[in-house]
This record gives sequence, structure tokens and C-alpha cells, in this order.
Amino acid sequence: MAPKKKNAAADDRKRILITGVSGRLGRELSRQLHRNYRVIGIDRRPADDLPVDVEHHRLDLRRNRTRTIFRQAPISAVVHLGTIYNPRRDPVSDHRTNIVGLQRLLDYVRTYNIPKLIVLSTADVYGPQAENITFLDEDAPLLAAARFVAIRDLVSVDMAAMSFMWKHPDTETVVLRPVHIVGDVRNTAMKYLSRQWVPSVLGFDPMVQLVHQDDVVRAIVLALEEGVRGVYNLDGPTAVPASVILKKIGAKQVPMPSSVLRFGLKQLWRFRLTRFPPAEVDHIQWPATVDGSKARRELGYAPAHDMNAILQMLRESSEGIR
Amino acid sequence: MPNLVHVPEKKPKPIAPMDPVAAVKRRLLDLVEDEECNQRLARLDTKNLNEFGYDPFGYNPKVLRNVMPTLKWLHRYYFRTQVFGIENVPATGRCLFIANHSGQLPVDGLVIGSSIFFDTEHPRVVRAMTERFIPRVPWLSTFFARCGQILGAPDNCERMLENDEAVLVFPEGARGISKPPNQAYKLTEFGNGFLRLAIRTGTPIVPIAVIGGEEQYIRVANMKPLARLMNLPAAPLFLFGVAPVPGGLLPLPVRYRLHFGSPMVFEGDPDEDELVIGTKVKAVKSTIQNMLQRGLAERKNVFW
Repeated sequence: MAPKKKNAAADDRKRILITGVSGRLGRELSRQLHRNYRVIGIDRRPADDLPVDVEHHRLDLRRNRTRTIFRQAPISAVVHLGTIYNPRRDPVSDHRTNIVGLQRLLDYVRTYNIPKLIVLSTADVYGPQAENITFLDEDAPLLAAARFVAIRDLVSVDMAAMSFMWKHPDTETVVLRPVHIVGDVRNTAMKYLSRQWVPSVLGFDPMVQLVHQDDVVRAIVLALEEGVRGVYNLDGPTAVPASVILKKIGAKQVPMPSSVLRFGLKQLWRFRLTRFPPAEVDHIQWPATVDGSKARRELGYAPAHDMNAILQMLRESSEGIR
Repeated sequence: MPNLVHVPEKKPKPIAPMDPVAAVKRRLLDLVEDEECNQRLARLDTKNLNEFGYDPFGYNPKVLRNVMPTLKWLHRYYFRTQVFGIENVPATGRCLFIANHSGQLPVDGLVIGSSIFFDTEHPRVVRAMTERFIPRVPWLSTFFARCGQILGAPDNCERMLENDEAVLVFPEGARGISKPPNQAYKLTEFGNGFLRLAIRTGTPIVPIAVIGGEEQYIRVANMKPLARLMNLPAAPLFLFGVAPVPGGLLPLPVRYRLHFGSPMVFEGDPDEDELVIGTKVKAVKSTIQNMLQRGLAERKNVFW
């Protein structure tokens, strides 16, 4: 490993590759890193407000031009944020993009001996289930796809990254599994929490963990440290019942029996009238809380945004709606 | 000297309009509330609770304000529980209660929980390991979680003990609770998991013998096909004619007797062979069986 250079000249900065850089997390991460690293971004989407010194390539990971980026100059770390999850879109093409894209990326990491690879997975890979233990640790089986087929991409990406970690010990691979990320990201959790009327499952009120996007970005920066490798759950500040969250952010709960809610969503989904896949009801019916102590212990990760701050932010962000 | 300090005029706080359902609910809950319960609840340990009053398992002592008075009534006036050796319950720190399971429905858990809450010098809320079907049942799942009762998984138990909680385990599980009448107070096979956990976490085991549970229901049959259909451990059919009480499921007013044994501490390797662990489990089991026999011999009548 090369010794760490401080105050190095601009060209001497280490190069870091971020996939999915146009997303909210990618943008935030590049803002954090561009002072100390030469950030190279890859995304199929255009990037409008990245820092000026970020080199953005608008392309698919599967394209050969990606290899050129790796060939140009040594890259010190790859951060893979580019997993697509959108059950509304064509699952076949998304699956291919995700799996083949990651496979290419892993190939390049191996071929060009990249010392560090960080893959952003999600704690959703464990899957909400009635029988779940309260502290799912990193060794818990990834059962999400058992009940929810559309999530198989995320599970496969996580597993591919994990097997890469074992097969190629020369690369320090880090898999991060954050719980539901909130902030200005646009994921299912945020869509759910920023509605005026929010459906909930009658008779069920699982404990829910939320994490602020800034804390996830901070954890990624921590994982860039030399010597860090492994799988890490990123839990939020604390777990609270779903009903408490909804109450504190001012959402109006509409409790419905599980079967009614699922049937209704299924029909709405079929006619493309909702953005919530019926299987996501599991998240508001069954628990899936993770144990984040490993990241706290080994990464030094500690969420800076406490639950009250997160709820405050959620309440303010949806003020116009409610 | 004129008063130069500007005192802002205090606006009276607007009274929040309360919706009638909530008002009635509040009134009813006020009726139930009990001074002794509230005092004891105030003395509970809160170190594992977050700023919202919940622990990671979903336990919230506020819910107990409305639950404990009912338990108190059952414990003190309905079952008139006699408690022996309550001084063996540790005031603080982790401990594992191991008891015999009986009575078709887990009323024995309620009685043990009430006793450790009401009869001890330092009230504690017992965290019982519950059956795996509970989290699937609407309302019951939330209610159990709020009252501190958790899904019976070894990992959950270990975390609880590491948090210095008092955990209740029935090592007989469903085998014990749905015994036929001719097997009353005969302990069935104990699982070994609890002892491994106790050794691993350095937890003292407090054995409990529960007497009275076996007579609380008169079971006519155990409808096994129904149990299989509903995915339940057992589906007992009770003779309700003998218990013509409101609710039907309310057990007969038997007198419960609880015998708390002195704490047992085990040392060694938690991953030892089944046989080695088995002998230690047998020690716990025979302690409970002895306490049961002694208690049964002393008992003059089932109901008083």
C-alpha cells in the first residue's frame, strides 16, 4: 500500500470511482470526497449539480468505455452505488443491468488490482418476516427474495459482492447494508413517509429503523479507510414503532386489514395506479430490525442525526403535502 | 418607580379538542388505573429504553399502566397466589427463570410475571419467551411486544440477558402446556438451549415450581387436526360447563402456588457435548420436580 499523502498536489490526488453518482447519495458522497480525491462518476443519468472537478461519464457500466476509465490511471477505490431498484420498470432489463453491470465492475476491480471496493447494499436483503429475531446481524440469511421477487436483484448484488470479498482478498471489499434511508433520496420508504394519508396494517406495528442519508455517506467515507473490510449493517439512531413515526411526522394513518390492503394494492399495482408493490406491505407488517453494533465497533460509525432530528426533517419535508 | 420590565401577556393555552372516542377511552383507562401499579411502574429500570420510551424489542412500560391492574386482580383476588421463596428473585442484573409449563393456556406465565412485579421488593418486568405463532396474530403480536414479551429465539434471549433483563423460559415449551390430565405435574423433556445461554452469559438460573395450573381448565380433548390447520401448537377443547364464567376462557379460580428456588449458577463451556449439558439441565429439572412434589404434598385443596 502506498503511504498516505497529505496536501498533495491536485493531480496527485487519489482517484476514486463512484457508480450511480447522479443519485442523491452519489452527489452527496462526491461533495464530501472531491476535496481530497479525484472523483470520477459513472451514471446512465445526467449529472447536473456535481462539484465542478468531478469527472462525470454518462454511460452504462456494461459498456466498454468503463474499462477505459480503469485503464487510464490507477484507481484507489470503487464505490458502487449504482444498483437499480424500481419494481415498476421492466424487471428483466433491470436485472441484467444490475447483475451484468456489477460483474463487469468486479472484473475490472480484479484485473486492475483496485485496493478498495465498497458496495452499497441494503438491510432490506434480510427481508421482513414474522419470525425475525430483533437483532439481525451480518450473518443472518438473506431471505428477502423468498417473499418478494422484485428484490432479488438487491440480494444477488449483495451476494456477488460477498463472494467477491472471499475470492479476492487482495481487494478490501466492504458491503454496507443500511436500514431505510431517509433524506431527499427517493426510495420507497420516503415515498411512503411523505404521503398525507398513509396505509398501515391493522393490528401490526413493527419496530422500524431509519437512517439519515448523511450518516450513510459518512459511513461510506469511514469504509474508505485502509484496513476496513467486511459486511456491515448500518442501523439508525434507534428503533421505534411505525405508528410512532407516522404520528410524529403528522401523517394520517389509515389502518387496513392485511388481506384488504394487499388485495387493494395488487389491483392498483396491476393498473399502474400505485408506486407501492403489494409485497412491500411486509415492511409495515413484520419486523426487520438489524444489529448495527459491528459497524459502530469496527468502523467507528455513529449516526449524527438522532431520531428526533430525522422525524423533524420528515415532518418539514412534507409540510406542503399535509 | 414604574415597572420598566415588559411582562408579556400570558395567553391562555387553547384546550385541545379531544375527540369523543379518545375521551371515553381515557376515562375507562383512568378507571382501571391503580396507585400501587403506578408506583411500582415508576420504580422500574429504564436503562434499556430509548428517548421514545421503547426498547429495541418494542417493549414500552407505559402500556403496562393499563395491563398491570388486571393482572393484579387476577393474581391477588382471583388466583390468590401463594408465593414461597420470593427473596430468591435477584433485585437487579440478569437472571433466567426456569419454570414448569402447565395449564393448556399460558396463564402460568402471567402469574409468574405478576408475582415478580408485585411481590418483590424491587419490581421487575419479566421478559418471557413466547411461542413462534404469536408474531403472526394481529394485535396480539403488538400487545405482547409492548408488554415486553418476545419471540422465543435463542438470539433474542441472549440479547435480553446481555441487557441484564429477567427472562422467563419454559424449557418444556408446547409439550409441557398441553399435557393430558394423567401427566399432571410430571415434567416432560427439557430443552438444553437455556442452559447453554446461561453459561455463555454468566446468568444465574432461578428455578420456579408452579402449582395450580394443571387444574385451571378441564380439557376434554386436544383437537390436533385443528391445531395443524391453524398452525398452532395445540387446540384444547375445554369443558365450559364447569367454568360458567364471563369470557369462557377465564380459568377456574384455582389457587396458584409459586415456589422460587435458590439461584443456581453453572460454569463450564457453553458448547459442550449434549450429554454434559444434559446432566446440568437434569439438575435444574430435578430441582423443579422436587419443589413440585413438596408443594403438592403440602397442598390441601386445589381451590384454597
